[in-house]
Amino acid sequence: MRRFEIPVPVRPLVQSSVAVSIGLLVGALFMIIFGYDPIRAYYSLFMGAFGSIPDFVETIAFATPLMLTAITFAIGVKTGLFNIGAEGQMYLGAIGAVAVGGAITLPAGLHVAAATVFAMLLGAIWSLPAAFLKIRMGVHEVVSTIMFNWIAFHFAIYLAIYYLAEPGRAERTLPALPSAQYPRLMEEATLTAVIFVVLAFCIGVYVLLWGTRVGYELRLAGTNPDAARYAGVSSWRMMLLSFVIGGFAAGLAGASQIIGRPPAWSLYATLGNVITLGFDGIGVALIGRNHPIGGIFAAVFYGGLAHGGRYMEYDVGVSSELVRAINGLIVIALALPEIIAIIRRRLKR
Amino acid sequence: MKTLMRLRGKRIVGFLLALVIIIILGYGVEWAGLGVAGLVETGLLAMTPLALAAVGECINQKSGVVNIGLEGILLITAVTGVRGAELFGDGYLGLLTGLLMGAVIGFLFGIVSVYGRADQVVAGMGINLFALGFVPYLLMAIWAFPGIHIFPPELKVHPMYTPFGQLNAVTILAIIVSVLAHVLLHKTLLGLRIKAAGEKPEAVDVAGVRVDRIRILTSTLGGALCGLGGAFLSLAWFGGMVKEISAGRGFIALACVVFAGLEPLLALAAAFIFGFAEGFAFSVAVTPEIKRVMPGAFYFVNMIPYVTTLTVVTIAIGRRRFPSASGKPYTRE
Repeated sequence: MRRFEIPVPVRPLVQSSVAVSIGLLVGALFMIIFGYDPIRAYYSLFMGAFGSIPDFVETIAFATPLMLTAITFAIGVKTGLFNIGAEGQMYLGAIGAVAVGGAITLPAGLHVAAATVFAMLLGAIWSLPAAFLKIRMGVHEVVSTIMFNWIAFHFAIYLAIYYLAEPGRAERTLPALPSAQYPRLMEEATLTAVIFVVLAFCIGVYVLLWGTRVGYELRLAGTNPDAARYAGVSSWRMMLLSFVIGGFAAGLAGASQIIGRPPAWSLYATLGNVITLGFDGIGVALIGRNHPIGGIFAAVFYGGLAHGGRYMEYDVGVSSELVRAINGLIVIALALPEIIAIIRRRLKR
Repeated sequence: MKTLMRLRGKRIVGFLLALVIIIILGYGVEWAGLGVAGLVETGLLAMTPLALAAVGECINQKSGVVNIGLEGILLITAVTGVRGAELFGDGYLGLLTGLLMGAVIGFLFGIVSVYGRADQVVAGMGINLFALGFVPYLLMAIWAFPGIHIFPPELKVHPMYTPFGQLNAVTILAIIVSVLAHVLLHKTLLGLRIKAAGEKPEAVDVAGVRVDRIRILTSTLGGALCGLGGAFLSLAWFGGMVKEISAGRGFIALACVVFAGLEPLLALAAAFIFGFAEGFAFSVAVTPEIKRVMPGAFYFVNMIPYVTTLTVVTIAIGRRRFPSASGKPYTRE
C-alpha cells in the first residue's frame, strides 16, 4: 500500500518567499524611479486583492486559468521539457469553447461538459505538432512551441473574426449560451463553478504524478533519463504524455475564460481577455516549484497581484502591467539557487 | 563519416528548400504587385535585428552562456532606444542607447549565471516574462499612453541610397559584425579561449585564464548586439514603438543559432532566410490587393515567418553538437 502523506515543504516555501520578496522590492524600485509611491501602491494592491470577501473571490477567479497554464509548464519540467506552448494551446481551447458553447445548442448539462471537453481536446491537439517535432526531429521545444504560439495567435483571430463573430459586434465572438455557462458562485465576483473542475484537474495531475506507475515513470524520465531507459521506460511516450496533459490543461484554461468567466462569456477578437495567461503560468509554475498543488497557491498569489493591480492603477496611477514585470523578476530570482545560501550566510554572521 | 555525410546532406536539403521558398515567395510578390527590389529591401530590414541577436547569441553560447532572453532584450531595448533618441535628439544616439541597455542586461545576465550559478534557461525566460510587463509599464510611465508610442519622424534612422537600393547603415554593420565574429571565434586567441570556456572550462582555468570573466564578457557582447537589434526595430524599421514589437523575433533568432550550430556566418545566412520570409509577410500584409481578393488571407500571411522558421529548422537541424559545458555554471574546485 502506498501511503499518502502531506509533507510540509519548508525549504521550497522559504526559497519562493525570498524570491517573491526580491521581485516586490525591485518592483518598488521601478516605481520610485518613475515617481510613484510604492507603499501606497502596494497597500492598495493588497487591499484590492485580499481586503474583502468579494475581492478575495475575484482574486481566485483571476487565479483559475493560471493554475492550469502553470501545470502545462510544470509537467513539462517534470518530464525534462521546457514546454512554453501553453499560450497557443490556450487560445485554441478558448476557440473550442466558443465553437461548442456559442455556436451549437445542446441540452443544459451536456452542453457545459461538451464545450469543456472539446476545448481541452483542441488544446491537446495543438500541442501534438511540437511533441512530434521534438520526438521525431529533435527540434527544441522552446523554439517550436513559441512558433506555434504565434501561429495559433493569428489562427485564433482569423477564426474569431470570420467564423465565430457575434453578428453586429465585430469586436468579439458569439457569447456562450446560458446552457453552456458555468454557474456564478457570487453576485459581486466573476468566479464560477469552473473552479471546481480546475481544482479537480490539478489534484488529478498530482495523483497521477505521485500516485501512479505512469506518473513515476514520467518523473523518472525527467530526473534521470539514463535510469529511465535502463528501467525500460519509453522516453518518447513520456514526452508525448507530458505534452498532451499540458495541452489538456491549457485548453481547459482557455475554456475557463469563455464559459466560466462573466460578464463577456466570449472571446474578444484581439484575444484581449486571454492573452498572456499562458506566459503568466510559467512564472506561477516556478513560484509553485513546478508542483500542481504548489501551483494552486502560487496562482492565488499571482491572481491577487493581477486583480489588486487594477486597484493600484486606479488609486496610485501605476500601470497594472508592472505586476507582470514583477512576475519576471521573481522568476529570475528563483533561478538563483545561491541567493538563499548567501543570505543565510550573511544572517549568521 | 557516414553520419557526417548525412548531416551535410540534410543541411543542403535545408538550403535548397529555403531557396525554393524564396522563389515561390518571389513569384507571389510579383502577383501581389510588389517589386522584388522592394521585397529585398524589407527582407534586409527584417534580417538586421535577427542577425545581430543571433550572432551575439552564437558568441555567448560558444563560451557556455545560454541566454534565451533575446526576445525580452529586443523588447526592452526597443523602448530604451526610442527614449534615448528623444532625450538626445538623434536617432543614431538612440541606437547607441539601445546597444548600451542591451550590454547592461547581458552583463547582469552574465553575473547572474556565473556567480549566482543560475539555471540559465529559467533566468532567460525570466527576462522574457519581465519584458512582457515592464515594456507596457514603461510606455505608461514615460509617455502616459497605453501600448503604443510614435516618436517624431526626424528621429528615425533613415536608410542610405546605394547602388543596390536602400540600405540601412546598421544592416551593413550587422553583416560586418557577423564576419568579425567569425574571425574572432576562429582566428584569435580570445576566440580560442571563448570556445574552450564552453568546452572545457577546467582547461581554461588551468591555463591561468578566468572563465568567469570570459563568460561575462561574451554575455555582455551578446546582449549589446541584441540591444542594437532591438533599437533598430523601433528606430529604423517601424518608426514607432508597440508593446509587442518583437513578435517572436528573439525566438526566431534562437532558431537561427540552432540552425547555424553556433557559426556566426551560417547564422547570418539563416537570418537572411527568415528575414526574407518576414519581409515577404510584411510587404504582402500591407498590400491592399490581398485584402481585396482574400480578406482572410491576411492572418495566414502573418504566419509565414513562423511556419518558415519551423520548416527550415526541422529539415536542416540534424544533430548539432553544442559546447559540452553549455549552460552549466563553472566553479573552481
